Amino acid sequence: MSLKLLFLLGLLCILFLINISTGSVYIPLSDLAKSLFTPDNAPEMFSSILWKLRLPKALTGLTTGAALAIAGLLMQTLFRNPLAGPDVLGLSSGASLAVAFVLLLGTSGSDYLPGFSAWSLAIAASVGSGLIFLLILGAAKKIKDNTSLLIVGLMVAAASGSLVSVLQYLSTAQDLQAFVMWTLGSIGGTNWNEVLVITIILVVGIIISISLTKTLNTWLLGDNYAISLGINLKKARITMVLVSSILVGGVTAFCGPIAFVGLAVPHLVRLLVPTTNHKILLPMVMIGGASLMLLCDILTQLPGSSKILPLNAITSIIGAPVVIWVVLKSRGIRM
Amino acid sequence: MEDTKTLSTANLTIGYPPDKVLFTDMNLHLPQGKLVCFMGPNGIGKSTLIRTLAGIQQPLSGTIEGLGSKNIAVVLTDKINAGAMTVEDLLTFGRYPYLNWTITLSESDREKVKEAISNVQIEYLLGRPVHELSDGQVQMVMIARALAQDTPVMLLDEPTAHLDLNNRVEIMNLLRRLAKENNKTILVSTHELDLALQTADLIWLASNQSIKIGIPEDLVLDGTFDQVFQFKGFDLKTGKIEHKPFRDKTIQITGEGPTYLWTRNALARNGYKIQESSENTLLVKDGKPGWTLVTPHQSRDCKTLEEVLNLLEA
Repeated sequence: MSLKLLFLLGLLCILFLINISTGSVYIPLSDLAKSLFTPDNAPEMFSSILWKLRLPKALTGLTTGAALAIAGLLMQTLFRNPLAGPDVLGLSSGASLAVAFVLLLGTSGSDYLPGFSAWSLAIAASVGSGLIFLLILGAAKKIKDNTSLLIVGLMVAAASGSLVSVLQYLSTAQDLQAFVMWTLGSIGGTNWNEVLVITIILVVGIIISISLTKTLNTWLLGDNYAISLGINLKKARITMVLVSSILVGGVTAFCGPIAFVGLAVPHLVRLLVPTTNHKILLPMVMIGGASLMLLCDILTQLPGSSKILPLNAITSIIGAPVVIWVVLKSRGIRM
Repeated sequence: MEDTKTLSTANLTIGYPPDKVLFTDMNLHLPQGKLVCFMGPNGIGKSTLIRTLAGIQQPLSGTIEGLGSKNIAVVLTDKINAGAMTVEDLLTFGRYPYLNWTITLSESDREKVKEAISNVQIEYLLGRPVHELSDGQVQMVMIARALAQDTPVMLLDEPTAHLDLNNRVEIMNLLRRLAKENNKTILVSTHELDLALQTADLIWLASNQSIKIGIPEDLVLDGTFDQVFQFKGFDLKTGKIEHKPFRDKTIQITGEGPTYLWTRNALARNGYKIQESSENTLLVKDGKPGWTLVTPHQSRDCKTLEEVLNLLEA
């Protein structure tokens, strides 16, 4: 078990190094070390790229990957449904809707998009997913079973999706492009302050998730057994919804709706460690999510070109076959 | 076991809001160290009562004394659907009420799990994923899990449903042993009339929003069972299906032992009227089974009952 954990940690370190050394400008390993530890001795350009762009981006990838994967695991366990992911509660759709309002309904949002810093989009996305979160939380308090909650989440997502398409239909080509760019997801362009905020969100999410380990394990036995073992179902359900909302809301605010990472990572990890014990799953999923996000980000950079592919295209291209493969291999995904 | 708490209710009314009432105003008590079989027709609310007694479902009114995960362990009909979960993982859940959030088992926790495993004799299942087990094996593991919880009271909802005769007998014997040897207080709902009558210390018989309580034999003899189940073609006092003779041939059987009983069974099932004296006589040899059929016309030896039936029919 600890061997596999070490393997994942090693993988994460390697991916992190590759991630910060590659890009439109390649930074060799020796310069990388110099720029990292003694920035004054390193070539000015390298340390500038590293400290202003690459490191914040890699750290954003690391934290958002981990956050999405944990949220995915929580949702799969909460709904006891292997196809649940962080977006099933409609949170990313809520964020998209709010961002769509800002970008598409502004007099022409894209006119002042540069000054329209990531923060205003972040605030819009947080407000959007926050409102949906309150809605879902209200539903979670009223609804007794998890399947109904899942359906409510999916319907909220569908409804806000349709509102978004109405907004898209009504908007100008320029605004539309700005919005589409946002929906493609990106971990680049974050500054250190934003990295700090995402990190705080992740740490809070991790702490609460770890405190839920026992509940999460018991949850797999079904509601009735969970109660018989002394679990407060309502409190546990609301806590799980709360944590994943914070995690997904935070990520979506800064990076846009990132697809598939939350859904695929728990399955990939279960492939590596076939267990249902969240004491093992939580740390593995966290490291796995961070690794996958860094890998996807590396792949967005076309070799020998300064062109960057959309992040969501990569996560989906990796995520979708993985899920299909898992389904075929295990004849119906088991959790 | 140190704790000798058991389970009792005061003015308990259960059902589903707003207006579905299943049982009203019950004052029940589970006597310590006894195996209580809970019987009653389908849909009368046995599972609901078990869930309510376990604290899983809220009662409509009244109180339950002795709730809590350290006093009651349950085996429910809920399917466990958690793929890679192994038998050990599942058994460990029994210790969860005693663990903090780090879920680290202590030496004594491991000891309790081991005890449960050897009690139910499922050593051979360890390491297997739960979804590969047969229904009977899952049931044994769930009972072991409940045992590992080390509670004075165990509530089991139809643990023998969908199992073959062997498994049914094994489980009822196990429960009986746990009540006797480990002083467990056990309530088990079941449809196995014959098994319940032979193993239960006490029967709870559900009918008409109330529960009749008594030892099995009393409830049989005073007709309570007949009243509740309204048996169609089953004679509880002999424990047999009723057969109405549909042939005009009568027959007299002489002999004893199991061969006699099964011979009688075969003839009754095939519609012959069995009488004290008849022109047809079947002599039964016990031990190595054999039959001699004596009719006014002939006397023939037969090796199987099928031969006897064919002869009679001819």
